[in-house]
Amino acid sequence: MTAVPESTALRVGRPVPSEELLVEVDGLSIHFPVGRAGFWGQRVKVVHAVDDVSFAIRRGETLGLVGESGSGKTTVGRAILRRIDPTAGTIRFQGEDITATKGEELRLLRQHMQLVFQDPYASLNPRMTVLQLVAEPLVVHGRAKSVEAAKSDVVSLLERCGLPADAADRHPHAFSGGQRQRIGIARALALRPHFIVADEPVSALDVSVRAQVVNLMQDLQHELGLTYLFIAHDLSVVRHISHRIAILYAGKLAELADSDAVYESPLHPYTEALLSSVPIPDPPLQRARRRIVLQGEIPNPIEPPTGCRFQTRCPLVQDVCRRQAPPLEEKAPGHWAACFFR
Amino acid sequence: MIDPTPVLEVEHLQIDFLTRRGTVHAVRDVSFTIGRGETLGLVGESGSGKSVTAQALLGMIELPGRIVGGDVRWKGESLVRGPHVRRTIERVRGQEIAMVFQDPMTSLDPVFTVGSQVVEVLRRHRRLSRKAAKARAVELLDIVGIANPTERISQYPFEMSGGMRQRVLIAMALACEPELLVADEPTTALDVTIQAQILELVAKLQQELRLAVLLITHDLGVVAGVCDRVAVMYAGKIVEDAPAADLYATPAHPYSAALLRSTPRLDIVLDRLVAIEGAPPDLRRPPAGCAFATRCPFAIDHCREEQPRLEVFEPVPDAVGAGDTEPFEEIEQPARTERTVACFRAAEVREEVLS
Repeated sequence: MTAVPESTALRVGRPVPSEELLVEVDGLSIHFPVGRAGFWGQRVKVVHAVDDVSFAIRRGETLGLVGESGSGKTTVGRAILRRIDPTAGTIRFQGEDITATKGEELRLLRQHMQLVFQDPYASLNPRMTVLQLVAEPLVVHGRAKSVEAAKSDVVSLLERCGLPADAADRHPHAFSGGQRQRIGIARALALRPHFIVADEPVSALDVSVRAQVVNLMQDLQHELGLTYLFIAHDLSVVRHISHRIAILYAGKLAELADSDAVYESPLHPYTEALLSSVPIPDPPLQRARRRIVLQGEIPNPIEPPTGCRFQTRCPLVQDVCRRQAPPLEEKAPGHWAACFFR
Repeated sequence: MIDPTPVLEVEHLQIDFLTRRGTVHAVRDVSFTIGRGETLGLVGESGSGKSVTAQALLGMIELPGRIVGGDVRWKGESLVRGPHVRRTIERVRGQEIAMVFQDPMTSLDPVFTVGSQVVEVLRRHRRLSRKAAKARAVELLDIVGIANPTERISQYPFEMSGGMRQRVLIAMALACEPELLVADEPTTALDVTIQAQILELVAKLQQELRLAVLLITHDLGVVAGVCDRVAVMYAGKIVEDAPAADLYATPAHPYSAALLRSTPRLDIVLDRLVAIEGAPPDLRRPPAGCAFATRCPFAIDHCREEQPRLEVFEPVPDAVGAGDTEPFEEIEQPARTERTVACFRAAEVREEVLS
């Protein structure tokens, strides 16, 4: 615990993670074939969704994974859950290599890692009652004999997630977006997993409700010692919930550091631009801020630019950036960035 | 300086939706005005009635929706009732008031090139020749910051990114040099770096073309950078309408204050986010009193019995800190500096905010 910087340790809202690495991702690349190119179709077109991404998540930690659409953040999350097969690289969970785990072993593994989805309207089967939805994983994994047998467990879990006691017998349509997301969280927690991948869990919710759900996730982390990979594009929420933050750009890690370090002293020019694009709800401050408005857009993942992925939009770009991809280096203790000039 | 004469006046607007499960009173007595060249932010969460209000401005409320009361006037002419209302709307829509929607993915026709869609607008409203319209379309794409407009003009929507499409839609909206641009969540579907580009574009156009803008959004951050005034909606009503700087510094309605507190900020780290507990009321049966009373820490019996009206709020001059924010030099002081609030307890809320 000694290595955790003080600024993080002092936070009441974020429990101190242990030193044990729960998830280790090493050199992860994921390429999707999307057809052929060339006159004879001799070249296979490939989307470089994720390229050589490495990071680790400590037990009890929340790692925020931030990126814009097409950055590969969802793909990384799915690969860790073994829902997508990586093209290269390894994934370890509790010290064990799970990159090639298959069949019954994979099924058992999945009890320990669960997913919370973005859209609480699309991710809950409208024909099932909340009881059936939350009890389903328990029955599938043999933890309960039947849906009915799981009822008392489900009800207490629902209550823990802030839902009314009579919620179990109702259908999803009877609930608001925030309540549905609570149901989604309850379902993910039913098997008492160690690790949760939350893929934009509050993006579809209104501001006031968003805060309720974020607070719930933090409380649950405290109580149950959960580890989160929190995927999001909203930097204000991510800063709040995460111990450390990883910034993805066009399939590559641009920066990885303690959450306060990312916000207070960002190193990668993309991180700087990203932070300065987030509007602050304070008119004098917002109008006086130095804003970096990036030109252009995220590059085409089928033909990513040579060298640094960010070179097409980077204000600091030099010749070397076009020739060579900058490696992710530790620029300060615990603060990693992939840029030649920082 | 902003001309204080309103070009758009919305008065006591009421809109109902008839559904199988009852009548939803989506907009309940909404009034506001927009001056020439003024930017008004209309802020609210889902279901607050902000988009429906915008649609009413251009005669876009269709069954099962119905305007059941109130009026919308554009330079004194009604866009809601009267013998010539359809003709007035036809004349005004696109020409004087233009609209940009949230979803750039579905607002363009996928089977026509973006150029032909911009040309169509110009030919329909401006009666330009094919050639002149095409030249003007290229110019417009250039104004909204699309690189290589002469090539881009022959592309189809699917060949463009979301940010590009939103630029095309803004170009179409600007085609007839409107005086008012209604933008309904124009950046919600976009990434944050692209959002910054579009907001910068809107601010630039607003200044260069002396355009009045009604910006509808759920995001208080988006409003902070571009709007002169902000109106906050809750459950079909405007609860507070004030100059932007004042609203953010010293919100007077408990909902505005709570919304501001619950918006996570990049520059401030809290141990715990502040949520607004509870949920908005069912607008099929709106409460007799203030709609926010059930979630409001300031609520008293009076709030639950009677609806507070939107009234001019005069801060007590001897309140803590003299009650006013430092005028900020970069912010052009809006011509209208008054603040209206619909709350019986506004004075107490302000005291709490200031302390």
